[in-house]
Formats: sequence, C-alpha cells, structure tokens
Amino acid sequence: MSEPLLSSLNLSVASAEIFMVCAICVVLLVDVFLSDRSRWVTYALSLLSLVGAAIVTVKTGVSARETALEGAYVADPMGDVLKLFAYGTVAVAFMYSHDYLRRRGLFKGEYFLLGLTALLGIMVMISAGSLLTVYLGVELLSLSLYAMVAFDRDSGVAAESAMKYFVLGAIASGTLLYGFSIVYGLTGTLQLDELVLAVREVGPDRIGLIFGLAFIIAGIAFKFGAVPFHMWVPDVYHGAPTPVTLFIGTAPKIASYVLAIRVLAEGLDAMVASWQSMLIALAVLSMIIGNVVAIAQTNLKRMLAYSTISHVGFILLGILAGTGDGYRAAMFYTLAYVIMAIGSFGMILLLSREGFEADRIEDFRGLNRKSPWFAAVMMMLMFSTAGVPPFVGFWAKLAVLGAVVDVGLVWLAAVAVLLSVVAAFYYLRVIKVMYFDEPADSLAVEGGGVVRALLTVNGLAVLILGIFPGALIDLCARVLP
Amino acid sequence: MTITEILFYAFSAVLVVAALGVITARNPVHAALFLVFAFFNSAVIWLLLEAEFLAIVLVLVYVGAVMVLFLFVVMMLDVDLAQMKEGFTRYAPLGIIIAVLVVVEIGSVVWVKHLGVGQQSAAVAVVEGYSNTRALGELLYTKYLYPFELAAMVLLLAIVAAIVLTMRHRAGLKAQDIAAQVAVRAKDRIRIVKMDAEKPSETSSPEKQP
Repeated sequence: MSEPLLSSLNLSVASAEIFMVCAICVVLLVDVFLSDRSRWVTYALSLLSLVGAAIVTVKTGVSARETALEGAYVADPMGDVLKLFAYGTVAVAFMYSHDYLRRRGLFKGEYFLLGLTALLGIMVMISAGSLLTVYLGVELLSLSLYAMVAFDRDSGVAAESAMKYFVLGAIASGTLLYGFSIVYGLTGTLQLDELVLAVREVGPDRIGLIFGLAFIIAGIAFKFGAVPFHMWVPDVYHGAPTPVTLFIGTAPKIASYVLAIRVLAEGLDAMVASWQSMLIALAVLSMIIGNVVAIAQTNLKRMLAYSTISHVGFILLGILAGTGDGYRAAMFYTLAYVIMAIGSFGMILLLSREGFEADRIEDFRGLNRKSPWFAAVMMMLMFSTAGVPPFVGFWAKLAVLGAVVDVGLVWLAAVAVLLSVVAAFYYLRVIKVMYFDEPADSLAVEGGGVVRALLTVNGLAVLILGIFPGALIDLCARVLP
Repeated sequence: MTITEILFYAFSAVLVVAALGVITARNPVHAALFLVFAFFNSAVIWLLLEAEFLAIVLVLVYVGAVMVLFLFVVMMLDVDLAQMKEGFTRYAPLGIIIAVLVVVEIGSVVWVKHLGVGQQSAAVAVVEGYSNTRALGELLYTKYLYPFELAAMVLLLAIVAAIVLTMRHRAGLKAQDIAAQVAVRAKDRIRIVKMDAEKPSETSSPEKQP
C-alpha cells in the first residue's frame, strides 16, 4: 500500500480553517484560567483571532477554484470574500454585545467561544466540497447556536426558545441528511463536482432524485427560516438574549446563502427546473407571511424576525432565478441584509440599560429628542431595510427583481414589489414613533464609545453603499463569474 | 454445513430471541440487558463476516458505553409503565397500519430478490493478510480526513456546550477549598470576647458549680 503524502492533501489552501481551530483551542484554554475580572482577555483574544483569520484568508486567497483534502474542501474567490464578511460580522457582533453582556452579568468566555465555533461552522460550509462537509458545517453552526440561545440560564423564555430551536433544528438536520443520503444512493457520490456529472447521468427528472431534493430543500429552508419552516424564527429571536439574536440574525444568513449555492447551484444545477418551482413557493409564502404578520408585532425583536423571513424570501428570489445574475444578486442582497440587520439589532443593544431591554417598538418613542443622531442612524437602517432609495437595501431589491424578470418570472417580481410596499408600513412605523411621539422618559442614551462609533459607521455604510453601490456589486460580480 | 454456518445460525437464533426479549420484557432493565445480549450476538456475526473492527467497536461503544448509560437512566428515572401504556388502545390502529406496511415492504424486497432481480454476487473472499482495521483507518485518515477532524470539532463543541448549560457555581456548596483552609487565620473563625471573671452567685444551682 502506498503511503499517502501529506502534501497531496494540499493543506495550505485550508489555512484559515486550521488557524481558526487553533485559535478556538487557545481561547478555550486561556479562558479556563482567567478570573472573572480579567475576562476581557477572552474578548480581546477572540477579536484577535478574527483579525488573524482575516490576515490568513487574505494571504492564502485564491484567484480560481482550488480543491484540497481529497476534494472535501473547495477554495474559490466567492468563499474568500464571504469568509472575510463573516469575520467582520462576527467581530462587530462581539463588539456590540460587549456592554450588554457586562451589564447583565453574562460576560463569560463561552459566548465568544461559541461564537467562534459557529463561525468555524460557517467557514466550513463556505468552502464545502462535498455533501458530508456541508452537513458537518451545518451541525457545527447549529449546535453552537442552540447553546448560545440557552446561554442565559436564568431566563425561562430563553430556555424555552432554545428547546424549540433544538428540537426543530434537529429534525431539519435529519431531513437534510435524509435528502443527502437519497441523492448519494442514486448517484453514488458525495463530492459536489462529481455530483454535477452524476446527476446528468442518472437523469435529473428521476423521481427518486426529486424526492431527495425535496428533503434537501426542506432542510435548507429551515436553516434560512423560510415559510413554512419558519416557526422557530420569531420565538428564537424574541426569546434569546439580544446579543445572541444579533448573532443569529446576521452571520448564519451568509451560511444559509452559501448552503443553497453550494448544494443547489453547484451540486444539483441540472435539476434547476425542479428546485426552481419549490423555491418559488417558499419565496412567495415567506414574503407574504413575513410581511403581513410583522405588521401585528409590538416587540421590535419579533418584528425584525418576521422581517427576516420576508428578506429570506427575497434572497430565495435571486437563487431561484438559477442564473449567474441571480446568484450574484442574492449574494449582494445577503451581504446588504447582514449590514442592515446588524445595525438594527445594534440599536436595540445601544438603547438597552440595566433592567430595560428596549426591545419594544414603543421603547423607541421620541428617540429624536434624546439623541437626534442615533434616531437618524435608525431611520437610515429602517429606510434601507424597507428598500427606499438611496440606501443599499433598494439596490439589493432592484438587483434581485432584475434577475427574476430576466428569467421571465414577471408575476413573481410584481408580487415581491407589492409585498415590499406592505413592508414599508411597519418600518415607517418605527420611524414615526421615533420622530413624532413623545418620549416616555428623559433618560439619555447610554452605551459605550465603541458601540456608538460602530453604529455610526454602520449607519453611514448603509447610506454610502446605497449612493455608491458599484463597489459591492462589482465585488459580487468578480467573485461569482 | 460448515462450522461457520452452524455458528452463524446458532448466533442468529440467539440474536432473534434476544431481540424479541427486548420488546417483550416487562421490566425495562431486563429489556436493556436483552439489548446488550443482542449487541453481543450481532458483534459475533460481524466477526464471522470478517468485519472485526466493527465487531469490536460495537462491543466497546454500544455495550460498554451507550447501554451502560442507558441502564443508568432507566434505573434512575422511575418509569411508570401504567402511565406509558395509557394511550395504547388509541394508537393501536396506527401502529397496526405501520406494522402491516413494514411487513409488506420487507416481503416485497425479499420477493424481488427471490425473482432474481438485483441478484448480488457473493462477497469476494479477502486476500491473506488483509486487515479490516487498517483499511478503515487508511480511509479515515486520508480520504475522509477533513470530515473526521470536523467531527472531532463537533464533539469538542458538544462538550463545551454541555458544560456551559449545566455547570453552575452555586454558593453554599460544601466543596473543600484547601488553599482557603490553609490561609485561614484564627480571627476569621473565632471571636475572642474579653470579659470579667464572674463569681458563682449564691442563687445558682449546686450542680453547675465545679
């Protein structure tokens, strides 16, 4: 038997993941020996490892598709860009959460550690080359998130939503795995690049394959939070501590996008006709339920949860177009959405105080009197999320709708436009409450300097990317040719 | 019949009996022990099929770890059988339908085999010196190295998550802290009160006097 050479594994391509695993182990070990007073070291180390991972990713960036570890790992420019975005998102999420966690006595190393393992799961999914890797990435991410939701052990609501999330998530993972196993059984391969050919050989219209595809779609839809697999979204967003909601609402969306791209667009691209119709149903339902139910919400976290569901519908619109334009538009939408969502949840964290969550819409009453600047930032974020020009959310919606119209689904674009008009109502309500209602108290906005500065940058990013959307669009076009 | 075949049938028969025991035993502890017995027998059948690594893993992992844990749970939780059987008649029709479906499925698979469709050729005898364990190991550490390492990360995460969610530093625990015991000083433990010596008064009872 020939001895396998280490060099044939092409390990250097996967340096970012290897670095991240080492960093996680270091953070874990250091955290054990820290006293509660010096817990900031864990926080600093976590941020440092994110910076390190970014440097490693840039240094080992690839200009074309490369595989490693016997095809289980794929590196491509899209993966590099998405990874860098994921690092940034997680770093911003950590920094937003810092003050809140400190005030609530939740400032423990495990929040950061679980955040980093979730990030590792996202990275694994981003560069997954086989269905097995995809699944392990999904598990790594989901398990971290379940634990994060239940992180505040004194909160009954959090424990309940974690339990719901765990049970439903386990079923969804099982569904995904079942779909993978059927596809594997019929094609005989787990490798995504071999799957492309094998599916054509077997025949994309084979009933067994479509049966397996339906299970895969159900699993993906659950991870996205698309209707009718959305039941966990409002409860988890509402029940989890706000920093965890912020985390769940942002970085994992990148993972969901990449999950759909790797499995559907890369692995099963021959079956586009089958998954297109399934995704149309999911997208339309998500936009309807998400936008209509969001109107009735009084809790801002719950409202943003339903708004997420409707945005997922838009991301799915881009993917279901099944064209390069559509994938690019969906990527642009995902990245824009992550920037907007992290800002909106960041505002809740900024306004929260000791014993005050600031997660109801009425908690934003008269924010303009208390802090005109942060009212303006929130207004920009809400306008952008609603898709009002000149903010980035508008261009994201435009790109996705363009891709859908290009493949001849004009009615779908019309439905999407109509429902975004409905959506405008509840975003504008937040703005109305901030500008035209009397404040309930006269307490000034607390919040540390870092959070203030970051939120300012976050709000301005939404505006600047909206005025100059070219840079981000070009980036998506360059990495997804 | 060769000796292998005799062994196979013997162990298979015991396996079937043990499996029946799992679902018929009234006592949950007995059922769990029957399951252990069934695992042992299937491990032997795997050995007969020359899958010695899987056989050993089955015994080590399932019998050694999983079933013992299971027994602990069964013994520690006071399972009320009467309560569990409450919905029996209500769910019986559904159970019967599923049972019939499974029997029909198994029957059809066996029938198709019998008709000669999808006939499998007999397994090729392995060459001399072939090691099951070595072959598995080589595959795990080369082709499936990445998933293998990721699975290790998932396990590490599971440990961390379990500890995060269950470990609590409660106040008032009687745990021993040796450093604190050594560092303790007399004035932390006892309060020395200066007071004047008292004479025994006339009225006090005689037995209290020294």
